[in-house]
Amino acid sequence: MAPLLDVKNLSIGFGSAPPVVAGVNFSVSSGETLALVGESGSGKTLTCRSILRILPKTAQLRQGEVMFGTGEARANLLTLSQRDIRDIRGNRISMIFQEPMRSLSPLHRIGNQVSEVLTLHRDMSADEAKRDVLATFERVGFADPERAFRAYPFEMSGGMRQRAMIAMAMVAKPDLLIADEPTTALDVTTQAQVLGLMKDLQRDTGMAMILVTHDLGVVANMADSVVVMNKGHVMESGPAPAVLGAPGHGYTKKLFAAAPMIPKDPTPADPLPDKDLILELNNVCKTYTVRAGGWRAKKQVHACVDVNLKLPRGKTLAVVGESGSGKTTCARIALGAEVPDEGSRVLFRAEPGAEPVCINDLSRAEKVAFQRQAQMVFQDPYSSLSPRMRVQEALTEPMEIHRIGDRMARRDKAAEMLRWVGLDPDMLARYPHAFSGGQRQRLSIARALTLDPVLLVCDEPTSALDVSVQEQILSLLERIRDGMGLSYLFISHDLAVVARIADEVAVMRQGVVVEQAPPETLFYNPRHPYTKALIAAQPEPDVHRPIDLAEVARGAGSSCSWPDMYRFEGVDAPDLIQIDPGHKVRCHV
Amino acid sequence: MSTLPDGRFIDDAPYDPNVDLSAPERSDMDAPNWVLVWRKFRKHKLGLISGIFLLLAYMAIPFAGFISPYTPNERSADHLYHPPQAINFWHEGEFIGPFVYPTVGSADLENFQWVYETDTTRPMPLQFFCKRTEYKLFFLIPADRHLFCAPEGATVFIFGSDRLGRDVFSRISYGAQLSLTVGLIGITVSFILGIGFGAIAGYFGGWVDWVVNRAIEILRSLPELPLWLALSAAVPSNWGPVSVFFIISIILGLLDWPGLARAVRSKFLSLREEEYVRAAEMMGAKPSRVIRRHLLPNFMSHLIASATLSIPAMILGETALSFLGLGLRAPAVSWGVMLNDAQNLASIEIYPWTAIPMLPIIIVVLAFNFLGDGLRDSLDPYSD
Repeated sequence: MAPLLDVKNLSIGFGSAPPVVAGVNFSVSSGETLALVGESGSGKTLTCRSILRILPKTAQLRQGEVMFGTGEARANLLTLSQRDIRDIRGNRISMIFQEPMRSLSPLHRIGNQVSEVLTLHRDMSADEAKRDVLATFERVGFADPERAFRAYPFEMSGGMRQRAMIAMAMVAKPDLLIADEPTTALDVTTQAQVLGLMKDLQRDTGMAMILVTHDLGVVANMADSVVVMNKGHVMESGPAPAVLGAPGHGYTKKLFAAAPMIPKDPTPADPLPDKDLILELNNVCKTYTVRAGGWRAKKQVHACVDVNLKLPRGKTLAVVGESGSGKTTCARIALGAEVPDEGSRVLFRAEPGAEPVCINDLSRAEKVAFQRQAQMVFQDPYSSLSPRMRVQEALTEPMEIHRIGDRMARRDKAAEMLRWVGLDPDMLARYPHAFSGGQRQRLSIARALTLDPVLLVCDEPTSALDVSVQEQILSLLERIRDGMGLSYLFISHDLAVVARIADEVAVMRQGVVVEQAPPETLFYNPRHPYTKALIAAQPEPDVHRPIDLAEVARGAGSSCSWPDMYRFEGVDAPDLIQIDPGHKVRCHV
Repeated sequence: MSTLPDGRFIDDAPYDPNVDLSAPERSDMDAPNWVLVWRKFRKHKLGLISGIFLLLAYMAIPFAGFISPYTPNERSADHLYHPPQAINFWHEGEFIGPFVYPTVGSADLENFQWVYETDTTRPMPLQFFCKRTEYKLFFLIPADRHLFCAPEGATVFIFGSDRLGRDVFSRISYGAQLSLTVGLIGITVSFILGIGFGAIAGYFGGWVDWVVNRAIEILRSLPELPLWLALSAAVPSNWGPVSVFFIISIILGLLDWPGLARAVRSKFLSLREEEYVRAAEMMGAKPSRVIRRHLLPNFMSHLIASATLSIPAMILGETALSFLGLGLRAPAVSWGVMLNDAQNLASIEIYPWTAIPMLPIIIVVLAFNFLGDGLRDSLDPYSD
């Protein structure tokens, strides 16, 4: 029997340039999931968009055919008339986009947007459509479908919106669902639940699914077959267990080697020494007062509650948490960029044994001195370098601000720092926009190093990067830390990334540190339900270690649903109790 | 291409896992911002043509006296309300180069109107680089050469003449000197105020922002035309045309800055969140440095585009004021002053060419708008 969708020799290009998608072949049958894997610029998104003919205006379909359907209705999607392809879009093939925040119309109720599919394709009356939509809402896990039907997108969280998007894609019971990085913008626990939901829906309806992703972990959990793409070419394709079990192509091997993993058989590690602390956060709280709108009283939002962290010299302390957990606020407070509440103390010792300085009450001169010693590496390599400055200007700017050296000395220092981060000093005369994300992240690390700091705060330095680049940047950071004797405060949302670089991990949730231990100990013996959920939700690029959805559900919900020992409400949390040497958990004794 | 026994496809092309770390990924982006903007702007045909046109127009300003056959206030009493004259090349099927036919005017006492009779038997060739009335080249050097002028005994009124017998074409080219520059001076004033207040409000936020915003709102709520009128009425009537001109442009600038300040403020607010600005702050850069080195260069192009788009408003403002007789006054010549003569409906009906100065206004305003549009579209060369 012919597969449901058969893509043959597909080529797409822009202008007169060589094709960005070249000779791509794959096919999907009903009930099967195909994963298109690749890094940014690999052409995976263009490939899946060409199926629905929603390519950017300047893109040309140069070659190939996309056969879709069964029996009589089988047709080449690339040559169908506009009217016919409209009948297929949303009806027989539907799509889920990456950004749940942007793919729903903010001015329409969720229910109206979802039922539009049915009124368009099925000629249904509003009442019938609503009945179907409510059933779908229930199926995708909305606790109160009626309420979701009336809600506007801004009333929902990212995960809920992605559920609504899935409902919209599923409501017409399509034969094929194309999901373009459906969970990339979501937190890891939400991602696990959304992936689980998609899998269930597919089992129930028997539809085919094309999953576009850069995450081998997601592939291992979802896919039956895999197509690995690089620079528009298919590197390797085949059944998922075979490709994931023993990658055949060099590129696939490289992707595998780079994929961050939670160690398989962790052993508990020794606690960190408690002396010679370079940075100490003592009882740090941060409360924002938010205007509630109208005449209502102002609301207080607790970004950090009673955070105590100790970073020994030369070590890496990681703060891990999902969006809104207060981890970035912690980092900003540690650098003095944010003023914490009364009673919080942030202590910094530039030299071993020196008298600590309290970062919150520095004079102007002391602050300048502190800024020389503590630098930050930012998340987004695309926005952390000014497009108007040449690499040299960007790298020498910190020295100009602090009036270090003369022109030549600054230039030499910049060149030296470029070599440290593995780049060629010839780059000094170029502009940052000529470079890729990974190269720019190296540049911004080099910029942070030009002042010879002793403390580096890394705010998700790898989360905007491709997997293979992420791996290189992490190795680079490790090499620099050991080579220059730096200490890192490392902020991340990804436990697996942290597993390799950190000496100690603090897991934060809604402003509260719930568990703290060296990473090996944490993986060996996670105690807190939330930590367990984070670990369970981490997709591993190993078909034999699927996501444990039950574990995720136990820990990822509200803190009121946790077992008695850990339960708390609001900010009224129990203390952080030391249960083993170097292993602290927030629980009732 | 090879297929393994388990149905797997593997690409055979040689693959080198080691990439050159320092190779630029997009070498086309390795250029200063203005080069990237220019590359993109070049493709915007309408904007490019408008830009070239405006450039030529501004370059012609110092040569106004050379281009025009007459000086702006030169009267020919025998040729009041002369209709536009055609410049011909062929006389009775024979090519004899550019020439005009002489005209003789007489008063039609029945309709109270000037009528001119063209003597089509005597072609009179135009003279080039001829000596006529003295003018000042570059506003400084006395000169008396004109690009072209009428031979003795004939006139050359391409766009006709006005009620005092002055050549409309010459007056338009002299008028450009004031009408085109009023926008530049006004925009400079408005730029300085707008950037200053907008930057302060956007960068510091808080109460500063509040005060600036309220000031903008108050200024914006004032009815514009009466305010112009009041301010221009305050200009002493014994001042010379040049001082009046400066005052008018400054008044226009003073009233125009709120719009620009708002644009600057909102751009600042969004740029302030960019990580390179945060990075500079965390390096210890002072606010003035952050504004100068990071914020201003990054939105200068936006400013230039919005300035380009607001010059037309200034030109129109000057025209409106002068049209109402409250801006520049004779003997100064601007397009608005010329239109002042065309206020009378009857005179437009009988002598429609007195309204010709509208044409350069329309063309220049459109050109500025096209240019501004083109600039705005090519401002962000980093997004594809």
